[in-house]
Amino acid sequence: MTGLVLSADERLAPRSMVRRLLGRPELGAVVGAAAVFVFFSFAADSFLQWSSFGTVLYASSTIGIMAVPVALLMIGGEFDLSAGVMVTSSALASSMFSFQMTANVWVGIGVSLLVTLAFGAFNGIMLVRTKLPSFIITLGTFLMLTGLNLGLTKLISGTVATKSIGDMEGFPAAQDVFASHWTIGSVDLQVTILWWLGLVAVATWVLLRTRAGNWIFAAGGNADAARAVGVPVARTKVGLYMAVAFCAWISGQHLLFSFDVVQSGEGVGNEFLYIIAAVIGGCLMTGGYGSAIGSAVGAFIFGMTNKGIVYAQWNPDWFKFFLGAMLLLATLLNAWVRRRAEATA
Amino acid sequence: MTSILDKSAPPLVALTDISKSYGNVRALRDVSLEVHAGEITCVLGDNGAGKSTLIKIIAGLHPHDSGRYAVAGEQVRHASPRDALDRGIATVYQDLAVVPLMPVWRNFFLGSEPTRGRGPLRRLDVGEMRRTTHAALLRMGIDLRDVDQPIGTLSGGERQCVAIARAVHFGARVLVLDEPTAALGVKQSGMVLKYVAAARDAGLGVVLITHNPHHAYLVGDRFVLLKRGTMSGSHLKRDITLDELTREMAGGSELDELTHELSRTPAADGPAAGDPPAAGAEAATDPETRA
Repeated sequence: MTGLVLSADERLAPRSMVRRLLGRPELGAVVGAAAVFVFFSFAADSFLQWSSFGTVLYASSTIGIMAVPVALLMIGGEFDLSAGVMVTSSALASSMFSFQMTANVWVGIGVSLLVTLAFGAFNGIMLVRTKLPSFIITLGTFLMLTGLNLGLTKLISGTVATKSIGDMEGFPAAQDVFASHWTIGSVDLQVTILWWLGLVAVATWVLLRTRAGNWIFAAGGNADAARAVGVPVARTKVGLYMAVAFCAWISGQHLLFSFDVVQSGEGVGNEFLYIIAAVIGGCLMTGGYGSAIGSAVGAFIFGMTNKGIVYAQWNPDWFKFFLGAMLLLATLLNAWVRRRAEATA
Repeated sequence: MTSILDKSAPPLVALTDISKSYGNVRALRDVSLEVHAGEITCVLGDNGAGKSTLIKIIAGLHPHDSGRYAVAGEQVRHASPRDALDRGIATVYQDLAVVPLMPVWRNFFLGSEPTRGRGPLRRLDVGEMRRTTHAALLRMGIDLRDVDQPIGTLSGGERQCVAIARAVHFGARVLVLDEPTAALGVKQSGMVLKYVAAARDAGLGVVLITHNPHHAYLVGDRFVLLKRGTMSGSHLKRDITLDELTREMAGGSELDELTHELSRTPAADGPAAGDPPAAGAEAATDPETRA
């Protein structure tokens, strides 16, 4: 195993580089992404075209924007099952407030931010106050928001969709921010890709280079130990839920300003896609381990599979099967990698 | 030993008649103890004697119901572990000392991370954190090959030592150790006790919670015995021998009975010559040579 060792410190040198690489949470996801990429390159002729690349990135970014905070939350040791419908709630709040109360979409956008952050704060505060599992609490929020989305929309609009706000003041500017796209060569790039990459960068910085990041790892890794050395675990967890809410707000505004109307039943089931992206990206289900970059790679795998099946002209019904198999494979690979990384010499 | 300071300064920590109930369970009743700088106060007791409750009160995890809790003469009531930490009371838990998946250096600074830069650029001083961790551990005699390894990969004894080194580094005045040797073998227990003594020599007051009288007598200056939530004894080292301590902890006459039941032939030289069942091989170290 060690082979020839020519280094000065006999305890450190062997396997150090390999060990360090194996110790990265993203490794499994990167290997998986490469495999999926090669697979669809052969399976679908149009997959390797530049125009396809833009489409794949767009699909990845819509999941990736939410996978980032969901990954942080998982590292912090918690789940959020309400993340999917919260996106829809945020879009609905923005649209309906603008339509009913004002003539300017920016007011709705601001109100929606406050409302969505309040949902996140509710999840977090319920969690730290009641000490119930986050699975139960966010399942409750998930069901309540699902009902609220449908019920309130029908009550206010009379239908299951919101009224068009496309002719309101500020709509073009808001569209520039949340739902614009531009073309480089033959590649059509959506602005969500920028939001996504920006969020990944900020989240990585926070996780690895700030005190808050240290606290997130500790809160998920061993909450009691963290509390004992003075880490504000409760505040950290509430903050994480509000980060999920913030990103749900971004996604919700994208939904609203790219389609102009919002279907109130949307978003159900997406929470699992976010969790899957985070897990494929190396986040540990039990908390304390993972990365934001990993969640981005996980979302990219999602985007490639989602669009690759279309380009290969297969029945898209197979997509979920693929996703499930990938989740199992990635989790197995991650578990194996981590055992290797942690094994003492 | 070095208890010159006792006369002038108030004890670093003084508990007087502390009681605590959880619902209708009286976990602790009228327990008193003192911790002085440069001394080790041992809290001895069997399982369920109230040791963990006492440690949680000292550490600020739970408030006490009645009695007085004074730090350096000033009466206090801790609302959180942070309060206790701010008063210089650092607690090292047997199982809770570290976050296993985090690197050693992140664990070392957890909760007290140094930063540099301002505003949004305020960031962890990673280089300094790594260097300080390595240096602080080296000072305690622990030479880690890599401070980046997850702390879960260290042995139990090493983890305890990292936690002790962390408390010493952050200027703790009182170090509370919860069963630091409970899950360890003979050699690792010795290593941990060595660092406990090193912390004492650095001028810290130490509270050592244990159910092993042999470990306690090796390093302790004061002994507080707990039994079913009450204080069954409080002694200075000069007033008690290891045999008496062991007997008292195991419950005096109960132990006599046990010795009698277990011995094949009656012991020739005193009742405690046959080792009580709880005692390990560590008993071989003769405490008299240290006194």
